[in-house]
Amino acid sequence: MAQAHDKNAPPVIRLEDVTRVFSTGDNAVHALAGVDLVIHPGEMVAIMGASGSGKSTLMNILGCLDKPTAGHYALDGIAVSELDRNALADLRSRKIGFVFQGFNLLARTTALENVELPLLYDRSGQFHGKESPAPAALRRVGLGERMHHLPSQLSGGQQQRVAIARALVTNPSLILADEPTGNLDSHTSIEIMALFQELNDQGITILLVTHEQDIAEHARRIVEMRDGRIVRDVPVTQRRIAADELAAAERAA
Amino acid sequence: MRKRALFGIALRSILRNKMRTLLTMLGIVIGVAAVIVMVALGQGAQATIESQIKGLGTNMLMIMAGSTSQGGVSQGAATFNRLTIADYEKLAREGTLLAGVSPVIFSRGQIIGGGANWRASIMGVAPAYQQVRDWPVQSGSFFTDADTRSVRRVVVLGNTVANALFADSDPVGQQIQLRSVPFIVIGVLTPKGQTAGGMDQDDTVIIPYTTAQAHLAGQFRIGQIIASTFSPGEIPAAQEEIRGIMREAHKIARGDDDDFTIRNQDDIAAAASGTTRVMSMLLAAIASISLVVGGIGIMNIMLVSVTERTREIGIRMAIGARSNDVLAQFLVESIVISLAGGLIGIVLGYASGLLLARLTGWAVAMPPEAALIAVAFSAAVGVFFGFYPARKAAALDPIQALRYE
Repeated sequence: MAQAHDKNAPPVIRLEDVTRVFSTGDNAVHALAGVDLVIHPGEMVAIMGASGSGKSTLMNILGCLDKPTAGHYALDGIAVSELDRNALADLRSRKIGFVFQGFNLLARTTALENVELPLLYDRSGQFHGKESPAPAALRRVGLGERMHHLPSQLSGGQQQRVAIARALVTNPSLILADEPTGNLDSHTSIEIMALFQELNDQGITILLVTHEQDIAEHARRIVEMRDGRIVRDVPVTQRRIAADELAAAERAA
Repeated sequence: MRKRALFGIALRSILRNKMRTLLTMLGIVIGVAAVIVMVALGQGAQATIESQIKGLGTNMLMIMAGSTSQGGVSQGAATFNRLTIADYEKLAREGTLLAGVSPVIFSRGQIIGGGANWRASIMGVAPAYQQVRDWPVQSGSFFTDADTRSVRRVVVLGNTVANALFADSDPVGQQIQLRSVPFIVIGVLTPKGQTAGGMDQDDTVIIPYTTAQAHLAGQFRIGQIIASTFSPGEIPAAQEEIRGIMREAHKIARGDDDDFTIRNQDDIAAAASGTTRVMSMLLAAIASISLVVGGIGIMNIMLVSVTERTREIGIRMAIGARSNDVLAQFLVESIVISLAGGLIGIVLGYASGLLLARLTGWAVAMPPEAALIAVAFSAAVGVFFGFYPARKAAALDPIQALRYE
């Protein structure tokens, strides 16, 4: 089956007693009330929780879009808490690939151009003078034939594949997927989960937020949040394999 | 971020809303075109005036009655304040630096001849007038000192009058009537065109000043005395000499102000082109207001664009765009819009300037540096009015921007 992650490598994510407090006038809302979390390279983790549980806030902090009020966050060994706005932008560019619920592709921009977008902001120079990695990324998600299609000419599942290719194109340490199947029907959702499992099997660390139990069971590990705290952090014992589900569905039909 | 990519993004998003971009540009287009047309008109007018003043004559000096004393003290009605034939005669007799001197007696009157009649100005002058004004005849000849002395009724026609009265035939040798007094046409002058003030200099007839005084009834007074020097370098000295002679002729006591004014061509040119310069600067200033209004139009649309594309900004920030990348993106967009508008405006400005010149016959001078200034100015408008919207975009919080519907 799938390979196990390397426990000896430094963690991709290390959160230590992270809190995030939003103060609106006199009220202080503790969106995160002390979170500890370690995610190692090659893991596939699902974060679950009801709305208001703090999982979106956690996602924003993990994605370097927001900074903790207190506590320590290290991404790939880099202390995020001390970074300014520009350094956070560079860190997102280098280390993180985002996949959103609403796909968030640029309209009236071809699939290829959407995937090339992150390369525009790459400051590491790793793609300088080299062939663009965008076509390869699109082929990797199975859209090699539709590079010059506009988002409006693609189905929801295909659009999400473009978004995943965009997340992959810079070789990030971590893919953050926020409700990636939220806008998709159940069959397409399983197709997308199959793609995530395939990418994870190739060694890519994936963290996804979902409130659907069956989607979460495609991960190797489930972290459950409530009231700004992690209340459960367990490995998945009966892991769903999306490819098998798709094959079974085809047989049934 | 690569500059070419920035430019590409800007172009793409501009082309996405063609109609809107076009309308936004229109303000700059009109502004730049208006400025160019106004500058061209102003420069054209100035060039015309300069050439006209050169056409006044060579090394010419004008003596007029009245003082332009800057003391601000009025000379009063009792002061001797006229130019007389005696003044002219004294200048002609005593002026050593003067190549020619002539009084100019102005009047207007009805002229009948060649079966037509025409109203034009009548000037009584001395033969030296022709040389001072540098005004050759087209046919026939100018009158002589003998004609002046003998008070002959001879007349030299300006080109406009000659054409009005004798459209097809040669007027030389014909008889015409000035205010019912018969005169013989002895010459026709070459066309000289309009004065700086827009008066047709050819709409005139010229007779000996003695004849004017003797034979034509009505108000005849000496408007001015004109003189010329032998060379341009002698103008200041000649001016001083004239002043001395005139003060003596008018018996002005030492320390009193002059009761006459001497002006040279440079003075006249400076006065005339000063007026047009002020006018053309005023026109250009009014035109540049529309450029500012156009800039505000750009700012307005860029603000709308930033709001519309909040989500796009969020996406770009999430995948690694720095604030400055977003700032640059929107700034380049507004600069591209205003520069493109500026370029279209230059073309439109030059085209309408040429059209105007053709339709109205106005002098239009297209200065090439005006185009450069217009381009620089429209780019500056783009930066100035694009900065605030771009900064607003760059300051967005990526989390809020991503959530924006």
